Amino acid sequence: MDGILLGAVVALSVIGTLLVWSSTRNWNSAEPTALAKKHVLNLCVGLALYSAVAVSDYRVLRRYAPLMYGIVTVGLLLVLTPMGATINGHRSWITIGGGFAVQPDEVAKPVLVLLLAMLLARAGDKKKDRPRYLYVALCLAVWGGTAVLVMMEPDLGTTTVLTAITGGMIVYAGVHKRLIAAGVVLAAAGAAAVWFLGLLKPYQVARFTALMDPSTDPRGIGYNSRQALIAIGSGELFGKGLFHGGQTTGRFVPEQHTDFIFTVAGEELGFVGAAVVVLLLGVVLLRCLRIARLCEDRFAALVAGGIVTWMGFQTLVNVGMTIGIMPITGVPLPFVSYGGTATFSNMMAVGVLQAIHIKDRVFG
Amino acid sequence: MTRLRGRLLVLQVLVIAMIVVLVVRLWQVQVMQGERFGTVATETRTREVRVPALRGSILDSSGHPLVRNRTSLVVSVDRGRLERMHDGGAAVLRRLSTVLGVPYDELKQQIRACGPGISRPCWPGSPYTPIPVAEHVKTRQALQILERQEDFPGVTAEIQSRRDYPHGKEAAALLGYLQPVTEQELERREGLKASFSGVDLVGQGGLEAIYDAAMRGKPGLRRVQVDRMGKVIKIDQQANPVPGDILVTSIDQRVQSIVEKSLDQAMKETPKSNGAAAVVLDVKTGRVVAMASRPTYDPSIWVGGIKEKDYRWLLSDKSGKPLVSRAINGTYAPGSTFKISSVSAMIANGSPLNGSYECPSSFTAAGQTYANAGGMSLGSISLHTALEKSCDTVFYKAGFEQWKADGGLKPKGTPKEPMTHMAKAYGFGRRTGIDLPGESPGLVPGRQWKKDLWASMKDTMCRRAKTGYPEMKDQAKAAYAKRLAHENCVEGNIWHAYEAINFSIGQGALLVTPLQLARAYAALVGDGNVRSPRIGWALVRPDGTLVKEIPVPVEGHLPISDHARDYIRKALAQVPVTGTAAAVFRGFDFNVVKVGGKTGTAEVYGKDDTSWFASFAPADNPRFVAVVMVAQGGWGASTAAPAVRRIWEGIYGVGKGDDGKPIKPALPGGNPPARLPVIRDGVAVQ
Repeated sequence: MDGILLGAVVALSVIGTLLVWSSTRNWNSAEPTALAKKHVLNLCVGLALYSAVAVSDYRVLRRYAPLMYGIVTVGLLLVLTPMGATINGHRSWITIGGGFAVQPDEVAKPVLVLLLAMLLARAGDKKKDRPRYLYVALCLAVWGGTAVLVMMEPDLGTTTVLTAITGGMIVYAGVHKRLIAAGVVLAAAGAAAVWFLGLLKPYQVARFTALMDPSTDPRGIGYNSRQALIAIGSGELFGKGLFHGGQTTGRFVPEQHTDFIFTVAGEELGFVGAAVVVLLLGVVLLRCLRIARLCEDRFAALVAGGIVTWMGFQTLVNVGMTIGIMPITGVPLPFVSYGGTATFSNMMAVGVLQAIHIKDRVFG
Repeated sequence: MTRLRGRLLVLQVLVIAMIVVLVVRLWQVQVMQGERFGTVATETRTREVRVPALRGSILDSSGHPLVRNRTSLVVSVDRGRLERMHDGGAAVLRRLSTVLGVPYDELKQQIRACGPGISRPCWPGSPYTPIPVAEHVKTRQALQILERQEDFPGVTAEIQSRRDYPHGKEAAALLGYLQPVTEQELERREGLKASFSGVDLVGQGGLEAIYDAAMRGKPGLRRVQVDRMGKVIKIDQQANPVPGDILVTSIDQRVQSIVEKSLDQAMKETPKSNGAAAVVLDVKTGRVVAMASRPTYDPSIWVGGIKEKDYRWLLSDKSGKPLVSRAINGTYAPGSTFKISSVSAMIANGSPLNGSYECPSSFTAAGQTYANAGGMSLGSISLHTALEKSCDTVFYKAGFEQWKADGGLKPKGTPKEPMTHMAKAYGFGRRTGIDLPGESPGLVPGRQWKKDLWASMKDTMCRRAKTGYPEMKDQAKAAYAKRLAHENCVEGNIWHAYEAINFSIGQGALLVTPLQLARAYAALVGDGNVRSPRIGWALVRPDGTLVKEIPVPVEGHLPISDHARDYIRKALAQVPVTGTAAAVFRGFDFNVVKVGGKTGTAEVYGKDDTSWFASFAPADNPRFVAVVMVAQGGWGASTAAPAVRRIWEGIYGVGKGDDGKPIKPALPGGNPPARLPVIRDGVAVQ
């Protein structure tokens, strides 16, 4: 087991809990810790799932990947039926009673990693260095099925994460450079088509234009971007102290406990705290890559690469949008943001990597 | 596996690069630009809320409120915030229109800024202050707005105090009114900007304008931390407002009421009249006891922002421009009431008090004949009788002889001009300096005045004398105007005999305000001092502490002996008994109070006569002077004198009222309150 990885994850979880607490303590003056407590409960469930996965044989996951993909697809379909619930404009939730709801698109991320790894692990050449093209095509089909359903919620953020995972894993699997170049050109052309054919919703376009010039829409998307920057900037070197962020308390930044939680870190913990969060995430990513480097199994390495792409991409987009270098996109910050399903997925993903690490030591 | 490992190595480099980029950017935002963002954060987070101070009320001399405050729930809209919304706040206004039951378009008009081409309803005040859109809203409506702030961003409901006028139209022109301060006003009035609270109003007329600074108080300041919705999270700093001072006036509400009713009746009796005024002064102190003007209006139309229709009406001929107080702003020829000045000038110029004076039916001088009113001829009479019966020819002769003594058309050396100088000594021709804005100085004519006027006019007149008036259609009129221009050009600087003669009986170019006449009579029948009348008596804090008593400055002393003043007073005391006002005062019980006075009937070219009566009581030891003027009211004895009689009846309780019961005296014993009312907690204690 990788202790440093687990330590970094626990540290991020502790910081995340404090930030969730700070940003939600004014919601309900009778119960200032209500959401923080719920977050701790999520973390406990997540840690239990992590432990269960970590001690199991990861090759079992490989076998059940298609089944899991099927379940997730049903879940994503159910979201679109009356069973789905809409929160903040995204129809991403299925309510399961008792005040709980699951978010199938969060589960889709690790499941996609597993299924793609399974498909791409089958080498197609003699040196066992390149995937079989049929399977690459299959991968694209798998990605397409999920991406279309997620886009229908609509959740552009999660779609881009899924796209990054798929693109990354196909590249890691060893496809020819010419194919990568073709893929990049195709993706660029596709993006251009989407842009110029007006397939994006106006608010999505606005997010990009607001990134270029936040003053274009000071009360809308530009407002969020600007308020986030003000909150983080005003934290200066050492921050205003936990629970003392005026911008946070005033709720000038939206979604502070989920997508914009990094602004709370920036304002209340300052550069020092924010940098620690970024560095801890760096530690998690690099430890995951170390596990990939050390393992002998192609499937396991691909899984590790997929997970790093997933979490690295989310870190870049999430932190980047709060400091004005990325468009505003709704993706959570791994291990820090509030959100039950996301927490479970992240924890299980780390569990898978620990399982790989343990297995390779034991069996390898 | 080698290729896979190699590509994951590339991923590792990317991850490290990403971490570096993020940390560098954080350093940039938080450490390098942190201070700037910190300032911006404070600005977005803190709001300064000015808490308006309660404006001081205006009380009468016994502490009875003339203007007071009443609180109401007012809904205001922050236009700046609405404008920043993507639909310009249309959705919020629509919701507000539903809650308030006011049409959307009406709300929209109310909050737009006044400007060229945009007339009321619109907001004349600062664009940074909340605009009141509804007053007297119900608590339920206010709660709907306050509890659903997410639906009503930029809309507030709060308790504000508003002016209340318990006596409606009474003393309207004197009290003045409040209006939201305009941008120009803020610039013009130095120091106002700093002490001015956005939601406050500024006094724009009457006492409200003159004592604005004292009555406004000091607004409180609350610096608060707010959230995104503008909800207050924390109070950083708080300074409580200091309520404004209470203005105690020398107005006696009961007398004011009597005066108002008396003017109403005078106006009713003379349908042609387009204005009237009444002034009651306290002879001993020089303070104003009552003052009224007609037409009047209800000042409550200003409360909560005046409507365009009402505003236009106020300034139009239809309403008769009630904002203009005829008592201080209306100038009229005083007619015979001016004879106190003329007779003083005669006495000062050496006419003996015990002499006898000819009162023929007409007087001829410089080829022109001046008739006595009604062709009256009394033979040889005393000055006493000349005043009592108002014999014009006595004064014509005196005026003409003084003019002749000064050298007539060609004065030698410094002319004495006794009548012009006496008129000025009585305070005519200059502002009385009363504590009201917009007073007229009136006009006292004389030789110097003619010269000055000629100097300013002669160029135009001489040009017109040559060119004539080709633009005039009526040829006869144009020819007349040309002849007049020629005369003015050649001899416009000369003070003619007819001018001096007309001036002696208060006609011609002479113009006085009712207040000027009242203070002249007060000086005559009082101690001889000409005072600058005051309405404000004292400024008192709501807790009762005296801030200051407002003094009544003495401006000068009449240049005649006390003996002469007594002589004139006694002559005037005879007027209501056997003189020109005897008919009016028939049946008046002089045992209760003896009154004196002088009638005046001033001719106005092309209009009906201006009716005057200047009076004082008690005649032996005068305490009050009452002057009534009715423009186009006819004879002084027929309109103004009865109005004054009603005032004396009310003050002293003379005779019976319309209900047949004896009139209760408004001021028993004829004494106004000698001491300031005692004030506790903002109201007078009885």
